[in-house]
Amino acid sequence: MHRITEKVVLSENIVKTVFEAPEIARKRRAGQFIILMIDDRGERIPLTIVDSDPVKGTLTIIYQVVGKTTDQLARLEPGDVIQHVLGPLGHPTEIEGIGTAVCVGGGVGIGVLYPIAKALKEKGTRVISIIGARTKKMLILEEESRSVSDELHVTTDDGSYGYHGFVSDVLRDLIAAGTKIDRVFAIGPVPMMRVVANVTRPHGIKTIVSLNPIMVDGTGMCGACRVTVGGKTKFTCVDGPEFDGHEVDFGLLMSRLQMYAKQEQEARERCRCGDHDR
Amino acid sequence: MTDKDKTEKKDKKERIPRQPMPEQDPRVRIGNFDEVPLGYSPETAMLEARRCIQCKKPGCVTGCPVDIDIPGFIRLVADGDFLGAARKIKETNCLPAVCGRVCPQEDQCEKLCVLGKKWDPVAIGRLERFVADYERNAGTVEIPALPAPTGKRIAVVGAGPAGLTIAGDLVKMGHEVTIFEALHKAGGVLIYGIPEFRLPKSIVDAEVEYLQKLGVRIVTDAAIGRLKTIDDLFAEGFHAVFLGVGAGAPVFMNIPGENFSGIYSANEYLTRSNLMKAYRFPEFDTPIARGRNVAVIGGGNVAMDSVRTALRLGAEKAYIIYRRTKTEMPARAEEVHHAEEEGVQFKFLTNPIEYIGDEKGWVKQMVCQRMELGEPDESGRRRPVVVKGSEFTIDVDTVVVSVGTMANPVIPMTTPGLETNRWGYIVTKDETGETTRKGVWAGGDIVTGSATVILAMGAGRKAAKAIHDYVMSL
Repeated sequence: MHRITEKVVLSENIVKTVFEAPEIARKRRAGQFIILMIDDRGERIPLTIVDSDPVKGTLTIIYQVVGKTTDQLARLEPGDVIQHVLGPLGHPTEIEGIGTAVCVGGGVGIGVLYPIAKALKEKGTRVISIIGARTKKMLILEEESRSVSDELHVTTDDGSYGYHGFVSDVLRDLIAAGTKIDRVFAIGPVPMMRVVANVTRPHGIKTIVSLNPIMVDGTGMCGACRVTVGGKTKFTCVDGPEFDGHEVDFGLLMSRLQMYAKQEQEARERCRCGDHDR
Repeated sequence: MTDKDKTEKKDKKERIPRQPMPEQDPRVRIGNFDEVPLGYSPETAMLEARRCIQCKKPGCVTGCPVDIDIPGFIRLVADGDFLGAARKIKETNCLPAVCGRVCPQEDQCEKLCVLGKKWDPVAIGRLERFVADYERNAGTVEIPALPAPTGKRIAVVGAGPAGLTIAGDLVKMGHEVTIFEALHKAGGVLIYGIPEFRLPKSIVDAEVEYLQKLGVRIVTDAAIGRLKTIDDLFAEGFHAVFLGVGAGAPVFMNIPGENFSGIYSANEYLTRSNLMKAYRFPEFDTPIARGRNVAVIGGGNVAMDSVRTALRLGAEKAYIIYRRTKTEMPARAEEVHHAEEEGVQFKFLTNPIEYIGDEKGWVKQMVCQRMELGEPDESGRRRPVVVKGSEFTIDVDTVVVSVGTMANPVIPMTTPGLETNRWGYIVTKDETGETTRKGVWAGGDIVTGSATVILAMGAGRKAAKAIHDYVMSL
């Protein structure tokens, strides 16, 4: 049982929830994730840990409301509980010995990117962050990102704030300007990660992406989260969640993410109609 | 007089046939997830028990991995003392309702039953099931008196058959036992792998509850290797650790198109259906593909469980695709028979080599090759050989790959000094399951590779004695 201590609606459909999980909070490192299950009828969904407070014993997650479970999660208020939380899972991000890193985050992915940028900064890395959203209202963690970055670029697809365009456009400009980049971390929607990987590939800049496929147990047992990387099948839960973006088969990842689109819609509508009052 | 002579003499007196088990009608049961065999009545159980000739040197016991006093409990059943029979079994087996359902009795106790040499063996498994169900339904499950606490603390990693067994044994020796389980529910393969129609989950829950009443502490949602390492457990004051984490990781065939949507590992398919109750979606939130044409690749018990699940999820055609013939199939005869009765189509000497997907990346066809049998391989089964130019396609919209498992790497990866073999399984020094790491034992699938529930339980029992001696010597 994990009691919620804080809930903030960051923007339309993007919510931050802080809850108690003292043992995970002590052990967790940047890049790792949890599997949570709201109640005994719920599904198990993976979410990256955005922040942890080992003293208070809390974890912070940021998520976009897309289906039944995230919808239900977003309705939980401080004092409510999440039944099951498993973690920390996955390999922590490799953050040692990187001179300059560009951290590219899109939409809710900025929440996943932020702890990595923070950890890199703490290791003395020069951090250039590029964060973007569809529109100004949907941009999250701007101040937090600025606080851990030597340089921050903000983009919006509709030009309502910052640079009018995509995060990948800014990255392309940085590379064209001759900026020396040792590593790129790209986290966001799958199409965005694919574009970023395509931008850096010709320049041979190592690009790490963090994948969030459908998962069930999260411990390597079920194989739901398999992705093709470099022509080989990998399990995101134990081999990832981070992979070399130049090797990932993004098309396959996108189609597997759509596997339950119909059922998700059905479940969410039932939840909305209130005949599923839990 | 030899046992056989006695058998014949007794048989002339009264030849009772092996009592059949009433079952749900196949046409009805493919529409539900309720248990298929319905169990003996007390009268049938007593009649079946009377078939036992009480051999002085019972072969059945030597065939049982946990040494149940089989003639002893059967005599009590024949006398109508069902609760006494339950106590007798529980002297050596803490999960009789499970074993009575899922043990391969025909290859163990019943195989060595003297009656089986001339007639049918005593239905030991069905009697075990009857006794356990009788005790549970009577609500008289007894909690035995425990010895004085030893002050020794033992961590068990994994709440499956091996872990539950060793926890029961150790707590009865007076030790403090904590089981750490990564899933949100205890039971391991008994709850995520074996379907409700073969092993109702309420039975597993009852067995787990019994252990908790004995004083075993169960911590769920605890991923050992991540949340805490084995070193952390020792630092927290545990005196010994038992690893019963199962084999886990699913094997795929590495053929083109295998990651298309609609293609599952058996572990995922069964976990969604059993543990997450996807068959009751949307009442439960986890979805599952309800395919119309479902192919299950493999010929083991897990493949039978998967294909029978597919039928119950509404498949119009459910195939078993197996590269050898029925003779070589590793599944229990009873499970194959149940699948046949339910309308599963068996495609023997057939092997998939590629999957073809639609424009959305969902599997729509599989390309197969015909096989023929050649010389026996290292497993003793005749090796399947490709028939050249025999490719053909089968229309499918869901595929379940059930070709085995391999070792899960997480604990070995995070435990210095724990030796594994080249397949990733944990190396043990002897049959007690002692590993190369001091104070750490292991047993079940993580040592042997995927095997049966009862063998994992046997491993738990052997390790319990060794761990007891070890912690008492500290």
